[in-house]
Amino acid sequence: MEKKRIHIVDTTLRDGSHAVSHSFSPEQVTAIAGGLDKVGVDIIECAHGDGITGSTFNYGFSKYDEMELISAASKVIHNAKQCILLIPGIGTIEDLEEAYKNGARVVRVATHCTEADVGIQHIQAAKKMGMMAVGFLMMVHMASPEKLLEQAKIFEAAGADYINLADSAGYCLPQDVTERVTALVNGLSIPVGFHAHNNLGVAVANSIAAVEAGATYIDATCRGLGAGAGNTQLEVLAAVLDRMGYDTGLDLYGVMDVAEEVVEPIMHRPQVIRTAPLMLGYAGVYSSFLLHTYRAAEKFGLNPRDILVELGRRRMVGGQEDMIVDVAYQMAMERDAKK
Amino acid sequence: MKEKIKVGIIGPGNIGTDLMYKVMRSKHLQMDFMTGIVESEGLRRAAGLGFKTSTEGVKAIAADPEVKIVFDATMASAHLENAPVLKEAGKIAIDMTPAAVGPYVVPCVNLAHLQDVDNFNMVTCGGQATIPIVHAINEVADVEYAEIVASLSSKSAGPGTRASIDEFTQTTRKGLEQVGGADRAKAIIILNPAEPPVMMCNTIYTLVKNPDEKAIKEAVEKRVKEVQQYTPGYQLRVPPMVEGNKVTVIVQVEGAGDFLPKYSGNLDIINSAAIAVAEKLAEQMLQK
Repeated sequence: MEKKRIHIVDTTLRDGSHAVSHSFSPEQVTAIAGGLDKVGVDIIECAHGDGITGSTFNYGFSKYDEMELISAASKVIHNAKQCILLIPGIGTIEDLEEAYKNGARVVRVATHCTEADVGIQHIQAAKKMGMMAVGFLMMVHMASPEKLLEQAKIFEAAGADYINLADSAGYCLPQDVTERVTALVNGLSIPVGFHAHNNLGVAVANSIAAVEAGATYIDATCRGLGAGAGNTQLEVLAAVLDRMGYDTGLDLYGVMDVAEEVVEPIMHRPQVIRTAPLMLGYAGVYSSFLLHTYRAAEKFGLNPRDILVELGRRRMVGGQEDMIVDVAYQMAMERDAKK
Repeated sequence: MKEKIKVGIIGPGNIGTDLMYKVMRSKHLQMDFMTGIVESEGLRRAAGLGFKTSTEGVKAIAADPEVKIVFDATMASAHLENAPVLKEAGKIAIDMTPAAVGPYVVPCVNLAHLQDVDNFNMVTCGGQATIPIVHAINEVADVEYAEIVASLSSKSAGPGTRASIDEFTQTTRKGLEQVGGADRAKAIIILNPAEPPVMMCNTIYTLVKNPDEKAIKEAVEKRVKEVQQYTPGYQLRVPPMVEGNKVTVIVQVEGAGDFLPKYSGNLDIINSAAIAVAEKLAEQMLQK
């Protein structure tokens, strides 16, 4: 019997950029993208962690010009498709055109899971340019399977080639993933993908749940490099899916080597589940908030855990890194008033 | 001397209807004419309050000699067509769309300097909330780069805003540069679906040449009071925080609740600013 094909989307150079504070150099991008291209990854995503033009005070400035990085990747990507992330409200169609000129051929248009309509114009523009376009719904733990299907259909109608569900807070448990992916697989006529965060230690388990529910595109990163406690670890996923009898198109040993020899030496810290990332998953907070929260906690003399719980209580969504400062400031004022 | 100047509104949607209520309590403005292009709840509401209405859009207002000031609360594409018609008819247009036929106006920053203008563009809600602060900081500290994050409740962002989110960020960026005085700028917009809806919140980051903390704090506090003159719900949430050459300020806008709910501070501030422009013009007309 022919094995079912699962497409692997590597996002080491996008979500992973959070974990190195957006400091990837053109040389590092060349080594990582070139390595991934050789070992059979289908799609390679490369951009600021918050998508193109995410290089800001709010999300952290990139050390190198992102178009230079996209261009560097394009020179070594021959087999895979080169991808960027675009968050409407941050990046624009003009930026998309610039990325296309530099080699991007796939765009994932990411919105909060209840706001897909802000991405319609970007999906349509990408299709007109001949790009592959993906509707990317973030923070999916905050919406029901029915609501997600309704939002996915907005992207499908706009022309999206597949829909990706992102558990941006790393809050979902396998059952939550199964329910959400199943609703989309049954209700859409285009493929479904999944993006996990490992804040509760279940990124690989959630990716398996997604595949078993019918998802055919799975996001992963070398060594799990990513925001919060990181993403699904690519080399582990490759081994697990192989054991389960799926065809990922990956050269398992090759993937292991890229992770160990190319990516690991670049990492700023081991990608483990420390207390704060665990709290992200527990409280349902956007994983990219992690390093910004550490900084605010230090500045205002607060415990990062308290800041994260308050952000979760306020139901902050992806991109609201500025509210970390607001929360920390208000907490520090309250504390000082009590003194 | 006449007591009030008659105004018309094109576009009886949320923005247009809220403007109508604001005109109704103005000292110098008299609500007169509401037009749309189809029968709608907004037109019926205006008619019910005793105002003239028409489904002939800009044509009906242009043909009315009594209306002097016209708010265009339609869409950018529509305003491009409406603007020459209003000009031809000798009306002053206050453009609520991102069409930017005329110069950007932020009342507390540049209204006094705009002479002989017959088409005012209100930038964006995010621009009205953040440009005053960037301008105040620029005056004392010289802003090299300004970056703003406007977060709005999902409920307050209508289909127009959603379908043109790129125009919002691009127009706001231009306003931060051209009116705010930043050398370079970037605007970010976030929609938050939380229930109950969140208040409009704006974070303003600037990179400055002269980080004189005392001067920056005074300038920002003074400017907030000036904005409060026409948008009472405008508040400083986090006063200027200076770290090296970076200054962070957070302001919140609570709406007046005229027609739209209080969480729609984004719509309130752009409408209140438009009313401030119209009142100033009316005052000048009445003095003549």
